[in-house]
Amino acid sequence: MPNYQLSHLDQLEAEAIFVLRETAAQFENPALLFSGGKDSIVMAWLARKAFWPAKMPFPLVHVDTGHNFPETMTYRDEFVEKVGARLVVGLVQESIDTGRVVEEKGPNASRNKLQTVTLLDTIEKYQFDACLGGGRRDEEKARAKERFFSHRDDFGQWDPKNQRPELWNLFNGRKNPGEHFRIFPLSNFTEMDIWMYIQREEIPLPSIYFSHEREIFERNGQLLAVTDFLKPQDHETVEKRIVRFRTIGDATCTGAVESHASNLDEVIAEVAAARQTERGTRADDKRSETAMEDRKKEGYF
Amino acid sequence: MDLLRFTTAGSVDDGKSTLIGRLLYDSKSIFEDQLEAVEESSRKRGDEHVNLALLTDGLKAEREQGITIDVAYRYFATPKRKFIIADTPGHIQYTRNMVTGASTANLAIILIDARKGVIEQTKRHSFIANLLRIQHLVVAINKMDLVDYSEQVYDQIVEDYRAMASRLGNIVDITFIPISALNGDNVVDKSQHMPWYQGPALLYHLEHVYIGGEENHVDARFPVQWVIRPMSDEWHDFRGYAGRVAGGVFKPGDRVTVLPSGFSTRVKAIHSPDGEKEEAYAPQSVCITLEDEIDISRGDMLVKDNNPPEVTQDIEAMICWFSSKPMPHRAKLIIRHTTRETKAVVQEVKYHVDINTLHKVEGLETFAMNDIGRISLRTAVPLIHDSYSRNRQTGSFILIDPGTNETVGAGMIV
Repeated sequence: MPNYQLSHLDQLEAEAIFVLRETAAQFENPALLFSGGKDSIVMAWLARKAFWPAKMPFPLVHVDTGHNFPETMTYRDEFVEKVGARLVVGLVQESIDTGRVVEEKGPNASRNKLQTVTLLDTIEKYQFDACLGGGRRDEEKARAKERFFSHRDDFGQWDPKNQRPELWNLFNGRKNPGEHFRIFPLSNFTEMDIWMYIQREEIPLPSIYFSHEREIFERNGQLLAVTDFLKPQDHETVEKRIVRFRTIGDATCTGAVESHASNLDEVIAEVAAARQTERGTRADDKRSETAMEDRKKEGYF
Repeated sequence: MDLLRFTTAGSVDDGKSTLIGRLLYDSKSIFEDQLEAVEESSRKRGDEHVNLALLTDGLKAEREQGITIDVAYRYFATPKRKFIIADTPGHIQYTRNMVTGASTANLAIILIDARKGVIEQTKRHSFIANLLRIQHLVVAINKMDLVDYSEQVYDQIVEDYRAMASRLGNIVDITFIPISALNGDNVVDKSQHMPWYQGPALLYHLEHVYIGGEENHVDARFPVQWVIRPMSDEWHDFRGYAGRVAGGVFKPGDRVTVLPSGFSTRVKAIHSPDGEKEEAYAPQSVCITLEDEIDISRGDMLVKDNNPPEVTQDIEAMICWFSSKPMPHRAKLIIRHTTRETKAVVQEVKYHVDINTLHKVEGLETFAMNDIGRISLRTAVPLIHDSYSRNRQTGSFILIDPGTNETVGAGMIV
């Protein structure tokens, strides 16, 4: 008998495609949250595969803090064009202008937390009943407890102590009006799996994932990029360094790492040898021990 | 590289967190910033040792109470294999969590404290592993350092366990390994303290155990998940059936029957964006087109004519009840089975299993949380199913409370 054994990437792919199709089948109006980061790129890539040769039956939703690396925006528009998806943008600036949120003050001000309000407003405006997210369980300890199908109440909140058990591949997406689901097809991918999958599938990525020269300054042990939205304070010195980004988020709180990895092989070698988690570059997670759980309960990604 | 999913079962204080911590640590899957965070938290809490349980206990309530509330999934990889651990807590809602963790596992590690031997909880863990049809068991006899690495103690436990396990029918192989999770004996490296033990260390076993026989590659089953209709100029008449193969092998040209309608046709092609495939087998997610135009929708199943599945509204099953609200008499529930969802009524509670003694208890009408037992169900539309022992995907279901939408139970068709 032939060896019907799937490699680990094939198994993860089959599982993610199953979850994406299940989302389309169980919900009336799903959406795929797309940040332009590698995880949401992989998720959108899998969505294209899951429904091929039809187009994916949901829009990509970008919650735009306005504090983007320009490379991410260029990439986003090209990618959307290429996969033929519909793009919906929720602007944090609009939430600020309409008084829904108040911008943080001080040198560490970030729009990261404000995104939650914009996200929930966007969900309400478009009546999305399920949002696909690129979260992975290996990323962070609160995410290790997350379900594939994660229930959110009327207020978009997560109740981690009262989650539905998930068995086999039977996913319960039943809900009352006003409630919605967050769905995580990449739950079982690790950072390394993501990179290996990107390599196998030859998925193009935004250039800032690879080493480049950039103006950088150090704050609280993080290497932050000088941008229009983030300026160094007087005592902070700006230097040109060869860096790359391990994760891509809001430009004000995503740290760079010094690296000469300029292609996928070199990035994979670097990830394999890394002794720090990728979220170690994220100031938003460092605000407290349970910063991620606290934000997730509120309705964060 | 292939993938092994395993679950760990142990009672409180028998070193489960330490074992997982060691597997993660010794395989370099714990990052420095994670370890620093755990060291910092341990120091703040006043713990004497670095508390590796804090790596897996991610929720605020868990960290405050020093307990694990929910199943946590952990990942590590060696050059040989990628591993997914379903780490299930030892006390509250134990049965519910272990059943959940076991439902996707290829292998279970059952921890026994060498000083205590085979106890009621060991029986309970083994019963659940067997009920969920985990084929491979590792009985890790831990804390060998506290019994002077004694061969006699080990032999006695192996003998006791074998006597108990002779009543468990589904398990293909049982491997016994004497370990000390705290000191690392026989976890990643072979122990110097137990020259009498000839077998491999735990990690070596996890890397090499053969798991090829998990899926049913004989009885062809394809539950239709979604119908793909591109409605584009290029793919004008395309009508593809998307789903995940639940058993057997499908090839272009194969004669298939659509259930429940009973129409027969042939597989035209198996599509993927990377080109057409020559075959599809479990657990691949694919898109199949057929020679004839037949009305097929989500919840239907494509099968081949040898060993057809059962198609009935009367189901006999073992269930585990998850809800803190007991199951009412003749409960009306929603049942989700493969890609099909329908209503069901519990006709009869046949018996409960006392999972500490493995005895059947008759005469009970309802189920409380964590109860396991056998029931008969009547469904509103037929379920296209196999017994759970033949096929884990087509033999399993969950029960949903139509009022709260909560998942209140899980079942395995007898």
